[in-house]
Amino acid sequence: MNPQPVTITFDGRPLTAAAGQSVGAALASQGVTAWRSTRKGGRPRGLFCGIGVCFDCLVTVDGETNQRACLVEVCEGMEVEGS
Amino acid sequence: MSVTVDVAVVGAGPAGLAAAVAAAEAGARVAVVDAGNQPGGQFWRHAPETVQRQAADVQADGHGHHGWNTYLDLRARFDAAQHAGRITYLPGLQVWMAERSEDGFVLRTTPAVASAGAAPVTVTADRLVLCPGGYDRQLPVPGWDLPGVLAAGGIQAFIKANGVLPGKRFVIAGTGPFLLPVAAGIAEAGGKVLAVLESSAPSAWLPHLAAASGVPGKALEGAEYAAAFARHRIPYRTRSIVTEVLGSDRASGVRTARVDPAGRVRPGTERVYGDVDVVGFGWGFTPQMELPVSLGVETRLDADGSLVGVVDDRQQSSVPGLYLAGEVTGVGGATLAVLEGLAAGAAAARPDPGVPVKPPAAIARHRRFAQAMHQAHPVPAAWQDWLTPDTTVCRCEEVTAGDITEAREDLGARDVRSLKSFTRAGMGWCQGRVCGFAAACLGAGPGEAPGAGSLAGSAKRPLAAPVGIGELAALDG
Amino acid sequence: MNFGNGPRGSDVLVMGAGVIGAATAYFAAQQGLSVTVLDKGLPASGTSSACEGNILVSDKELGPELELTRYSLGVWHNDLAEHKKLWEFESKGGIIVASRESSLASLNRVMAVQKGFGVDVEELDQAALREAEPHISPEALGGASYREDCQVQPMLVAAHLVRLATEAGARFIADTPVTGFMRDGGRVTGVRTPRGDFPAGAVVNCTGTWAGELAAMAGVEVPVLPRRGFVMVTEPLPPMVHHKVYAAEYIDNVGSSDAGLQASPVVEGTPSGTILIGSTRERVGFDRTVSTAALGLLARNATALFPFLERVKAIRHYHGFRPYCPDHLPVIGHDDRAPGLWHAAGHEGAGIGLSAGTGKLLAQALAGLTPDLDLTPFAPARFGEARPQTASREEATA
Ligand SMILES: Cc1cc2nc3c(=O)[nH]c(=O)nc-3n(C[C@H](O)[C@H](O)[C@H](O)COP(=O)(O)OP(=O)(O)OC[C@H]3O[C@@H](n4cnc5c(N)ncnc54)[C@H](O)[C@@H]3O)c2cc1C
Ligand SMILES: Cc1cc2nc3c(=O)[nH]c(=O)nc-3n(C[C@H](O)[C@H](O)[C@H](O)COP(=O)(O)OP(=O)(O)OC[C@H]3O[C@@H](n4cnc5c(N)ncnc54)[C@H](O)[C@@H]3O)c2cc1C
Ligand code: FES
Repeated sequence: MNPQPVTITFDGRPLTAAAGQSVGAALASQGVTAWRSTRKGGRPRGLFCGIGVCFDCLVTVDGETNQRACLVEVCEGMEVEGS
Repeated sequence: MSVTVDVAVVGAGPAGLAAAVAAAEAGARVAVVDAGNQPGGQFWRHAPETVQRQAADVQADGHGHHGWNTYLDLRARFDAAQHAGRITYLPGLQVWMAERSEDGFVLRTTPAVASAGAAPVTVTADRLVLCPGGYDRQLPVPGWDLPGVLAAGGIQAFIKANGVLPGKRFVIAGTGPFLLPVAAGIAEAGGKVLAVLESSAPSAWLPHLAAASGVPGKALEGAEYAAAFARHRIPYRTRSIVTEVLGSDRASGVRTARVDPAGRVRPGTERVYGDVDVVGFGWGFTPQMELPVSLGVETRLDADGSLVGVVDDRQQSSVPGLYLAGEVTGVGGATLAVLEGLAAGAAAARPDPGVPVKPPAAIARHRRFAQAMHQAHPVPAAWQDWLTPDTTVCRCEEVTAGDITEAREDLGARDVRSLKSFTRAGMGWCQGRVCGFAAACLGAGPGEAPGAGSLAGSAKRPLAAPVGIGELAALDG
Repeated sequence: MNFGNGPRGSDVLVMGAGVIGAATAYFAAQQGLSVTVLDKGLPASGTSSACEGNILVSDKELGPELELTRYSLGVWHNDLAEHKKLWEFESKGGIIVASRESSLASLNRVMAVQKGFGVDVEELDQAALREAEPHISPEALGGASYREDCQVQPMLVAAHLVRLATEAGARFIADTPVTGFMRDGGRVTGVRTPRGDFPAGAVVNCTGTWAGELAAMAGVEVPVLPRRGFVMVTEPLPPMVHHKVYAAEYIDNVGSSDAGLQASPVVEGTPSGTILIGSTRERVGFDRTVSTAALGLLARNATALFPFLERVKAIRHYHGFRPYCPDHLPVIGHDDRAPGLWHAAGHEGAGIGLSAGTGKLLAQALAGLTPDLDLTPFAPARFGEARPQTASREEATA
């Protein structure tokens, strides 16, 4: 089960992911562990609960802000930005 | 869009799938709303079915899944009922509000992922079965807010859904038998598990317990994990905890220690694991109680200290027509969730309480086992001692343990509700789902466990999911 | 005053630790009186924890209410200046926006009168409005800017005022409901609770929406009724709304007794990044069922003011019950019908803003001084000798 790869961009740079993967998995499996900083302390955050409960993993997907990276599936050409 | 049915089911995990199948097979028209894109819930989470697959892949999905044949059976019956028009399946939608109407229930939904394009659906039903499951329970510890720290179940979900690992070198810590499949799953997928740290010391007697409670299957599972641990040389350390996650911008190691039965650190037992890139924490599970609480069901504290719904022999809650199954009646694992779902679905399809039902003996057996399991894996009484004043407790609003102690001591805040008012703990994006249990403990004070009232305050989330203001504006009322 | 000074007795017994009771206790202690505060729960467990923290001058009717508001504003700025940080006091200013020619005209009329009474208000043309609030709807025609409008975090106000009162010698006892009154002939000489009796020279009823029930226990009518309000909270965002922004129709709603569902948008950003969208007004008793009609109305009104909100998510909503009297004035002062009993309740949608002034004035009266502001318009006796009445409630905590 190694489906065909898709290409997304993360903060403008291209990233290869497997079709059907979540954005969070695509980032984490490429060694990107943080893509957001907190409002007060400016601390880095990425995945935590992995299942859509904690909202730590928020990203902007194709211009849509505050999407949960652990729930959004990648697709070809998707533009992902940290926040 | 709106859908009107006899029975609505929220959740398509073990409990929800079983409830939907049982209700449909008993002749009811059923709608199933689930936040996920495909059936399975947390336990039977698997690779996306949208990606081109072969039959072998479906079997491969079962790898590392217990009860996969149960899933395949329920899934076949679910798909058949869907084809026959008995089940309307509504994936990718989160219920943000459940209301009682004059003679039933109304569910309001919103897309779980904006771009996925599922349109909101309003579901009206005579009876409602809530099977929303739960999520990993967390206790804060210095450094747990660093990237690279994940919920133990989150790691499991990551592997099951994506077929890859979130890192290379793992330490898993917390309490409960669930840490075992997580570690085994990581190792099977090629990751290195440096240690599993269990705060209790239950391993010696669990197999006996499993046999004694009449659920020998559990003993078998235990033996399999033991074999996997041996095969992958995973050290399993009991009465041990992570006292601190090390690292500046991401987790790079952990400091650990041995503890006494109350969870107090034994001086001189500290040890550091360097070169760790993922730390997984799990302290049992927190049932997702906002929907049952918003509908006003009677609740109680379960043996693990979680707030759960009270049900009768038909899985009916104190609210007539509202049934509960799975983790929301008490955390007890997937087998119990299926049994409860089947009972709830059948009862919801034929609500006439003319004949008294006798719930399957298996339900009672599994509940007994779950209770014993909870007692063997308590949240350590002294866990609050592990915190430093600057340890983050509420991750969303960055509220520290010191902030909370101050609100308790100077302003008299004792419960989650007043802590929230005075410190903002639990007011952020996750609405206290992650910090609610810990905040309730901290409000109760050192060494204390929270009461049902405080936990109910934490579970009170009038919006069960974030919902677009544009969607609300389109509500006719 | 020196009644009831035993081990359990005090000069003043305050029933209720919402913002009103907390402020009363604080200022009474400042007057050197011995004070006991009882609440059936914790501080701020009633309406004071289910509201917004606006201190508004802009929406007040001319007359006693406006005078009390301006007096109270002075107390916030002067007497309580050193504590501002404790409750996140912020002078952010309010803006009223008119989107129709007719509402713009009435807004201009209101402004002219307010100016005559010394209210600090400035007209905003379309360009000035846009500069102050860049994301305002293109339909907005103009507005008025009220620089005196400010805000506090109400739960922190109540909790810290209780704490400061205890530091000044007052005593606070939580989880102690008042269940009856001690009497000496017609006189109220203390309260009865499950924890025993608490004698006091003066008993002050600061129980918000419960005030009618407590008054009834003492045999007098104080008609305080509930008016439900929903507030919606958005996801945290970068700063998008800089003032308290509300629609011109707001002013009409505030003074109305219409039982039906009404809402005028009050949209404001908070320091934590969330935007509060308030609030509905409806008279439905103590009904706690969530109303999708109310949520829909709030959402429509808010997006009409700020179209960008259309794409923003709500993460929570809550509701509270404003304590109001039929004539929309609070009841503050001694109850001549039951000597020894005082009231400070019924502040409706303005209790947070009015708390500081109410507490200070009442404390002056309790200490036997002439209050800075004449309290006659708020006197309890205006409700006459009629039989006490109460509204029934399902559940007591907000
Ligand atoms: C992340 C995670 C991983 C786990 N992994 C394992 C494991 O490997 N082995 C093991 O033995 N146990 C595991 N468990 C425990 C196991 O999941 C439970 O015992 C079992 O799944 C309970 O079944 P359920 O049907 O009650 O809930 P779940 O399986 O949790 O199903 C609940 C479903 O309801 C949906 N839902 C919830 N709220 C809403 C809403 N408002 N609107 C719409 N849908 C909603 C969820 O998305 C989910 O699909 C895990 C738990 C978690 C949280
Ligand atoms: C949605 C909404 C928005 C609002 N926005 C604003 C705003 O922006 N600005 C503003 O100024 N005002 C606002 N208000 C109004 C304001 O919240 C109230 O006027 C104010 O909180 C009333 O305070 P209180 O102390 O009188 O009552 P409460 O806060 O209700 O306090 C009464 C206390 O009495 C206690 N009590 C009751 N019975 C007993 C008993 N038998 N024995 C002992 N204790 C008892 C209760 O536990 C409670 O703590 C708003 C209100 C609502 C509902
Ligand atoms: S990781 Fe928790 S919501 Fe995505």
